[in-house]
Amino acid sequence: MAAWIADLDAITRQSSGFFANRPVILDLKSLSPSRDEVTELLAALSARAIRVIALEGIDPSLAPPGLAPLTGGVGSAKIIDFPGSDARRRPEGAESRRAATSLLLDKPVRSGQSVFFPNGDVTVVGAVASGAEVIAGGSIHIEGALRGRALAGASGSTEARIFCRKLEAELVAIDGNYLTAEQCEPGLIGKPVQIQLNDGVVTMGLLD
Amino acid sequence: MGTVLVVTSGKGGVGKTTSTAALGAALAMTGDSVAVVDFDVGLRNLDLVLGAERRVVFDFINVIQGHAKLSQALIRDKRLDKLHLLAASQTRDKDALTEEGVEDVIGALRSSFDWVICDSPAGIERGAQLAMRHAEIAIVVTNPEVSSVRDSDRIIGLLDARTVKAERGENIQKHILITRYDPTRAMRGEMMSVDDVTEILSLPLIGIVPESQSVLLASNLGSPVTLADPKSVAALAYVDAARRLKGETVKMSIPTTKKSMFAGFGGFFRRAA
Repeated sequence: MAAWIADLDAITRQSSGFFANRPVILDLKSLSPSRDEVTELLAALSARAIRVIALEGIDPSLAPPGLAPLTGGVGSAKIIDFPGSDARRRPEGAESRRAATSLLLDKPVRSGQSVFFPNGDVTVVGAVASGAEVIAGGSIHIEGALRGRALAGASGSTEARIFCRKLEAELVAIDGNYLTAEQCEPGLIGKPVQIQLNDGVVTMGLLD
Repeated sequence: MGTVLVVTSGKGGVGKTTSTAALGAALAMTGDSVAVVDFDVGLRNLDLVLGAERRVVFDFINVIQGHAKLSQALIRDKRLDKLHLLAASQTRDKDALTEEGVEDVIGALRSSFDWVICDSPAGIERGAQLAMRHAEIAIVVTNPEVSSVRDSDRIIGLLDARTVKAERGENIQKHILITRYDPTRAMRGEMMSVDDVTEILSLPLIGIVPESQSVLLASNLGSPVTLADPKSVAALAYVDAARRLKGETVKMSIPTTKKSMFAGFGGFFRRAA
């Protein structure tokens, strides 16, 4: 592992901003680490300011609290109630492993729920509650109020956008560039808004 | 076969136990047989609010562990013979509640009562999840204030994930019961309005219970407010909610301040002063 970390350091030295603010998923399938190794690895990454939000390809019980372990392939979409999702959730992940490019949720996303869909766009028919989050590889369309967090372009897409009917977000991000509630333009709070990335800056505009 | 209801909230202290007792009594007063079950192991309150605390011989855990039959543990209310209580244990903790035990007991209660009302503990952990597990209807008790609303939203998410009904892909009927509503403070903007709450939680309302002194008084008397003070605004709100639970269409009345009833006359003088 020390060798791998040395390689990682080499890469980050070359492009120092590469991991900054990007949510990262670790695919540990080929490593089969023990619980201690997982802890060690996460500590090493956290010391390098790399933000790991989920682990893939390992037994969920090895993941520490605070992360959402995934059990499906990259194509799985999951609604996670809280970290350490139990076995009951697995069949759902398996079903949606067909290569879907968009996810439609026709119920509001409740507080504490986390929607993760790296393959494409997510549309929510309803509100995203305070304390909930939607993380999408593509754009996020919320046909309702956004009161939680929306992270679009999470797989590295700068073209992704976030749309909502009522902006009351806690945090929005596109391709890792984020704005918190305090940084939102006050005149746009409560309004229908489109959020996009312009030259690396998160900008918001009123939707007519 | 009876209906299993859970009274839950996420947030503590919003009125779950009060509402369980009040609704249970209101339903029993219409002639239906009701069993109210206290799931708050170690911090039991339902027995106190019903005035049965000196009659608890066997509790929920005793029944689960086979030390007592359900019929021995059920306590019949002295005032309403259709209302029965299954008390929680005060000396044990929530780990003593097993999934199979809860399933068996709720199943047995369902076959002997018209209504089984499960009084959930606060929180989102095991106790709360076990209380909601077998429910067909959920009443989410919410105070019109931001922390309660967010916690209610959290519990609604769990209702859609952790109940047997949800696991089967069926929809569990969920309603909001707003409690401790203060019309004066809502008017002044100090408290969330009914619309604010329903907009954020997007669920139908089953009732709005105003803040009322009668609730504390009833509690101290060991009587559900619908029995102790049936003419109080709180009791009337609970009775309306019980009627809606039974399928009746009852117009929702949003509590108003006493001042507004005399707004035409007394209000004039108040404004002038």
